[in-house]
Amino acid sequence: MSSSDLLDLLWLVPALPLAGAVTLMLFGKRIREPIAGWVATALVGLSFVWTVVMFLALRDVEPRAHETIIWKLVPAGGFDVQLGFLADPLSITFALFVTGVATLIHLFSIGYMHGDERFSRFFAYLNLFVAAMLVLVLGNGFLITFLGWEGVGVCSYLLVSFWFERPAAAIAGKKAFVTTRVGDFGFMLAMFLIFEKLRTLDYAALDRAATLSTGTATAIALLLFLGAVGKSAQFPLHVWLPDAMEGPTPVSALIHAATMVTAGVFIVARAHPFFEHSGTAMTVVAWIGAGTALLAGTIALVQPDIKRVLAYSTISQLGYMFLALGVGAYAAAIFMVITHAFYKGTLFLGAGSVIHGSGDTQDLRTMGGLRKYLPLTAGGFIVAWLAIAGMPPFSGFWSKDEILASAFSAHDYGVWVVGVAAALLTGLYMTREVFLVFFGNERFRAERASEAREEDDITASPTVAFGDAPSPARLDHDPHESPRTMTTAILFLGALAVVAGVLNLPFRSLEFLTEWLEPVFEDVPEIHPNSFVGGFALSTLSVTMGLIGILVALSLYRQGLRRPDEDPGLARLGFAGRLFGHAYHFDESIARLVAGPVTRFSDWLDRTVDSRVIDGAVNGIGGLFGSLGGGLRRAQTGLVRNYALGVVLGAAGLLLFMLVRG
Amino acid sequence: MEFAIFVIFAALAMAGALGVVLARNPVHCALSLVVTLISVAVFFLQQDAQLLAAVQVIVYAGAVVVLFLFVIMLLGVDREESLRESLPYQRPAAFVLGAITLAEVLFLAGRTWATGASSQRGSLDERVDGENLGNIERVARSLFTDFLWPFELTAALLVIAVVGGVVLARRSGQPVELLDEAEDEQAEEIEEEVREEAHEEEAVT
Amino acid sequence: MTLAAADVTANYYLVLAALLFTVGAIGLLVRRNVLVMFMCVELMLNAANLTFVTFARELDDVGGQAIVFFTLVVAAAEVAVGLGIIVAIFRRRRGATADDLHILKG
Repeated sequence: MSSSDLLDLLWLVPALPLAGAVTLMLFGKRIREPIAGWVATALVGLSFVWTVVMFLALRDVEPRAHETIIWKLVPAGGFDVQLGFLADPLSITFALFVTGVATLIHLFSIGYMHGDERFSRFFAYLNLFVAAMLVLVLGNGFLITFLGWEGVGVCSYLLVSFWFERPAAAIAGKKAFVTTRVGDFGFMLAMFLIFEKLRTLDYAALDRAATLSTGTATAIALLLFLGAVGKSAQFPLHVWLPDAMEGPTPVSALIHAATMVTAGVFIVARAHPFFEHSGTAMTVVAWIGAGTALLAGTIALVQPDIKRVLAYSTISQLGYMFLALGVGAYAAAIFMVITHAFYKGTLFLGAGSVIHGSGDTQDLRTMGGLRKYLPLTAGGFIVAWLAIAGMPPFSGFWSKDEILASAFSAHDYGVWVVGVAAALLTGLYMTREVFLVFFGNERFRAERASEAREEDDITASPTVAFGDAPSPARLDHDPHESPRTMTTAILFLGALAVVAGVLNLPFRSLEFLTEWLEPVFEDVPEIHPNSFVGGFALSTLSVTMGLIGILVALSLYRQGLRRPDEDPGLARLGFAGRLFGHAYHFDESIARLVAGPVTRFSDWLDRTVDSRVIDGAVNGIGGLFGSLGGGLRRAQTGLVRNYALGVVLGAAGLLLFMLVRG
Repeated sequence: MEFAIFVIFAALAMAGALGVVLARNPVHCALSLVVTLISVAVFFLQQDAQLLAAVQVIVYAGAVVVLFLFVIMLLGVDREESLRESLPYQRPAAFVLGAITLAEVLFLAGRTWATGASSQRGSLDERVDGENLGNIERVARSLFTDFLWPFELTAALLVIAVVGGVVLARRSGQPVELLDEAEDEQAEEIEEEVREEAHEEEAVT
Repeated sequence: MTLAAADVTANYYLVLAALLFTVGAIGLLVRRNVLVMFMCVELMLNAANLTFVTFARELDDVGGQAIVFFTLVVAAAEVAVGLGIIVAIFRRRRGATADDLHILKG
């Protein structure tokens, strides 16, 4: 079977997890745990294997793109949309790491979701999500990608509000969905524009992007970027991601770290001809990315919740990716997507393990010294920490460094400076988290037996908001390491976080990823690398900034916290610290801005339009007929003589008619 | 001669009609009706409708009005009707409409209806074998040939009327309550009064 | 003594018939006694019959007289049944008028 024929079976990649989702949704009640979990994991695993096969097959195909059409979707005159999948370096790369990371996280979830009464449904949703994400990256046109785009949005909603008995979770799910909707609106407008100008929604249209005017290209690019801003939680649509931590930790790991949030990066990379053609769009992307990276970094500095720190960290790292896209370093951006998936995935899974093992608390202030009790988790977490902080030789160093170097080489010094500052912050907040959790004094022990674990209120949210009092220390036994399914996943991902750097080492002939992605980005002007010395100097600078951050945090948090409510870093930052902690009051400002006028408008609509106009019209019609009937009813007197009068009246009328007509 | 007859009997007809409408006692109304009917019969005679004139007198004046009188006596509705009109608009409306209708009919009769169209159903003076048929024979011929179907139908109609009359006049089971309860009581009271009056009269005499 | 005769044309009879009809109509509307109302209906029918006979002679058509025949039959049947109904309704009552039949009031 030739490679081309093999590639025709590309549709299996999304079909396998989709089959899993359908099966589990239909028969979930009968397939109990843990079989449901293993089924789902196996299907995603199979999908990964098949993706590898596709990858190998693609290497034999010139030109490096193979489209398989499944079905003619909308045969409406000039609007011809076909459901098909496109295998090219970009889509296969994404598919590879999506399925790979997803398999590991499915494995992790078998242990994590143990005992949950909706076990099989969780895996059904997870599978559905993977299927949708694969449709997103493998689609052969904007509309198919949008199909997957919406699909992941739905699954994100379903999974964030999985524990829907918790009001906070339900609200968070809604918030995620609605906020990304704003972005989706941009995506749709972009599609309309693309179709209007280029008469097709296939990715083949990208070849003709240069024929558009700069204005049109800018419009399309910015609208697509709006969609990306929503999905990838960049400023100003970043507000949903921290709240989405209400969902189970595997969900946070898979969707909000490794995969869904990278959809924004994917679409910008995919539609790069539009961006390249419009200089303005590139600048916008770069600056929003850089700005978000810095902003989110500051907020993460003082968060007391273990997952919130990671959430803001994700937002910050995504900012880096958009920074890279904005300066034209597409391969670097995708490199970072991959390394980020590995190390952020490890961090989230590790956080899940910590939460699981230390009595379901998420408050950093009530942890400490856990490396003794959760050694494996600690190992993975620490490795990932070093990666995210950009320490060589871990993967994070290579990816972040490449981005910063590209920014510098492209003479975008502004964003470079911001990026370097963000690197410092990254080091700072991650080190703080690592030390507050795994080192320092143990703050989780219940002082008296009476304060030990009470019955959990299922509707209470475990998320610790900034400003909350420290959670009470309730553990009356030693924290325990997590089961094998969970630790295996953590360690595996951690290992990947260590070695993934080899994918794209910045030495000639070792830049595998860049070479692999070359066919997709042929039209992009190459960023000439600095001289070796220049590059080395830049790397040293960024590593140093990271190190400074680490050392500062070390000095503050090495011993842990003296008292749970005293955070030395927060104390030093004073007013700025509180501003960071409340995320610049962004949420509240929007709420206040919108709440007043909108509520008043709704009130007015309800009072005037709904009650008076609409109800008035409807009831009025009813009343009209009622009074009409009532009036006409008076003709029915029941008296024969009146009826006789009517007859004579009619006769007179008839005669009159004949008179007039005759 | 014809004119004189016409004038006299027209006056009688009108008088009778007005009598029907204006008389307070229903028996007087019936008698006025007879006057009108007979006048109309005379008019029939004048217009060479001898059969009809006879039938009019026999059926209408002889049977229908007698029937009316029977029912008047049976039901005792021979009491005089009060002059007070309960529906305020009824009388004016009646007069106005009546006048309008009259005017219209006269107009129309004058202009449109007297078309002078030719005979549709055969001439009144049809001759058979050179002999002039009498009116009776002429009408009879027409009835049994051209109008046979309606003739049979009206025969059936008469049968139905007989059956209907028998059914309606029976006292069977529960009489249908068609009138008001309150007015029923009022009627009972009136009955009482009448009986007392009668007793008084008897007592007196 | 012969009155100076104007020719009694059909119009005379037609006018008379119209007058009779009108009087009957007004009477129907004005009187309350059911039997008198019935008699007014008979008046109207007679007016119609007169018209028919007049035209039968005018147009030399025997159909007019045949129709009068049928009208008479129908009128007779109608009177029979109508009086039967009146008897059925007003049997128990004395002095009932048409105005008392108002249960069909809407």
